[in-house]
Amino acid sequence: MKHIWKYFLSGLLCMTTVCGAFAQDSPSPAEAVADAAAAVTEAAEGAAEAFEKDSDYVDMVAAQGDHAYAFDFFTTSMLWTVIAAALVFIMHLGFATLESGLTQSKNTVNILFKNVFIIAMGILTYAFLGFNTHYPGDFNGFFSLGGPIGDLNADGGDTFGYGGLALAMTGYGDFIFQAMFAATAATIVSGAVAERVKLLPFLIFATLLVGFAYPVVGSWHWGGGWLGKLNGGNGFKDFAGSAVVHAFGGFAALACVMILGPRKGKYVDGKLRPIPGHNMPLAAIGVFLLFFGWFGFNGGSVLSAAPGPLGLVFTTTTLAACAGAISAIVTSWVWFKKPDLSMALNGILAGLVGITANADIVSAMGSVMIGLVAGVIVVFSIVFFDKIKIDDPVGAISVHGVCGIWGILAAALFEVVPEGGTKQFGIGGQLMGVIAVGVAAFLFSFVVFFIIKMTMGVRVSPEEEEEGLDLAEHGQEAYPNFVENK
Amino acid sequence: MKKIEAIIKPFKLEEVKDALGDLGLEGMTVTEVKGFGRQKGHTEIYRGSEYTVDFLPKIKLEIVVNDDQCGPAVEAIGKAAKTGKIGDGKVFVLPVEEALRIRTDEKDDKAI
Repeated sequence: MKHIWKYFLSGLLCMTTVCGAFAQDSPSPAEAVADAAAAVTEAAEGAAEAFEKDSDYVDMVAAQGDHAYAFDFFTTSMLWTVIAAALVFIMHLGFATLESGLTQSKNTVNILFKNVFIIAMGILTYAFLGFNTHYPGDFNGFFSLGGPIGDLNADGGDTFGYGGLALAMTGYGDFIFQAMFAATAATIVSGAVAERVKLLPFLIFATLLVGFAYPVVGSWHWGGGWLGKLNGGNGFKDFAGSAVVHAFGGFAALACVMILGPRKGKYVDGKLRPIPGHNMPLAAIGVFLLFFGWFGFNGGSVLSAAPGPLGLVFTTTTLAACAGAISAIVTSWVWFKKPDLSMALNGILAGLVGITANADIVSAMGSVMIGLVAGVIVVFSIVFFDKIKIDDPVGAISVHGVCGIWGILAAALFEVVPEGGTKQFGIGGQLMGVIAVGVAAFLFSFVVFFIIKMTMGVRVSPEEEEEGLDLAEHGQEAYPNFVENK
Repeated sequence: MKKIEAIIKPFKLEEVKDALGDLGLEGMTVTEVKGFGRQKGHTEIYRGSEYTVDFLPKIKLEIVVNDDQCGPAVEAIGKAAKTGKIGDGKVFVLPVEEALRIRTDEKDDKAI
């Protein structure tokens, strides 16, 4: 039964490849090389032409329409957007090393494999359907399935015509920045289900989550759906995705862990037995990389290089992370009587997730408070989930799910109201939004993962789990110390 | 010929090596091992839960010597590896029947 899936998948892959080949009128290899060479030459000539005469530059500026006087702002903003996209990309390396570090050495190849697949699959599905599902334009506010991206530079997509001053980037800039985000949701789940989930069923689930559920739920807010329009656009604030990225991933993870059950040996005779991560240096590198990437995650979400907001967002993001670390350190040190590195690291992430919903509307001191609270929450939450036998090896449900909720609520609690202005975001709207996102993620994941469990199975056998997924699933080792060199 | 097997605390390796070197003994084989004796294990803490680690890291040192070098060598190891606290380790002496230096085909006493 389970083999059918493998054939189905490989068949699908072959079909796609063949279709792609036919779409190009099957040129002979020699012709194809010649065509490619011609295209490169043409492109080079085109680019050279574009900047040959001063008037070309003037034309380009003129194409900015009413905003032509601010063309340097547009260029700077676009440059910042792609740099931010690259920073968000680095977060995937952070997730990969963090998850590897906090799990056992016998499952490292498996963890890294999932992370490689998720970033590759996430960006491809985002191009095929995610982007246009996420940002459908005019739609019913709940659901609209988009198609592949077209020429995003067309029709003013490379000028202010794309998004004006508020979205000062080209269409491709917008796409690539958002695409880097997309895989995050599945990566969050990957950490929580680590060390016992079967590879292929998980990859199928991750593809459905990232390719379909994430952009649909995201469209509710960022795509101009019902959440974004709540109370005339003032009902729900989620700046860079505490809810639509992090809580979404966290609650999807919770559903999967509930179906999957705890790792073998985590609870012996009903008693908790910790399974320590095998490489704390890797975990620490991962968290520092995530911290670094978060400057792009939040900073890029300013959606331009507007100097005021950009500086504020960088500052609030950093302060919240630092406050999260300190409060998690103090909380765990007082509680456990020992300073716990994994908690200190999770404190940084908790602060970052907490500030993600509100980084552009809180004060510096507000961001410190948000981080401090997040750091306490994450320690209690991780211990709580451990106690109720929700086995989450990396603490993803607590960091992303629980602290995601906190970030959303904090937007209402710490919003800075300008003098004479009125408060924009209320607790009610925030709560409703994050519950809607969390419940949607949970339900989708629960149903889909359950169906996969019934058809393919989602868990490796106890023997495979003991042996380690590296050998059982991949036939490879991460640290092959005694392999002969041949 | 005798083989001396010593289980010692990892941070004592340098001192033990120097002490054996002072006796003119050159060459030894060292392995990172884990185990426990009366010291038992120790407790560690991860995410707020304590757990016991039964097997502690030790160094196993193996060296083959002439019969007359054996006594001083064992004494030197014992002296260098001692801290007086639990977990210092043990030394075993075993008889060795044969030895061969692979490069030169030298045998027994000449081979060690």
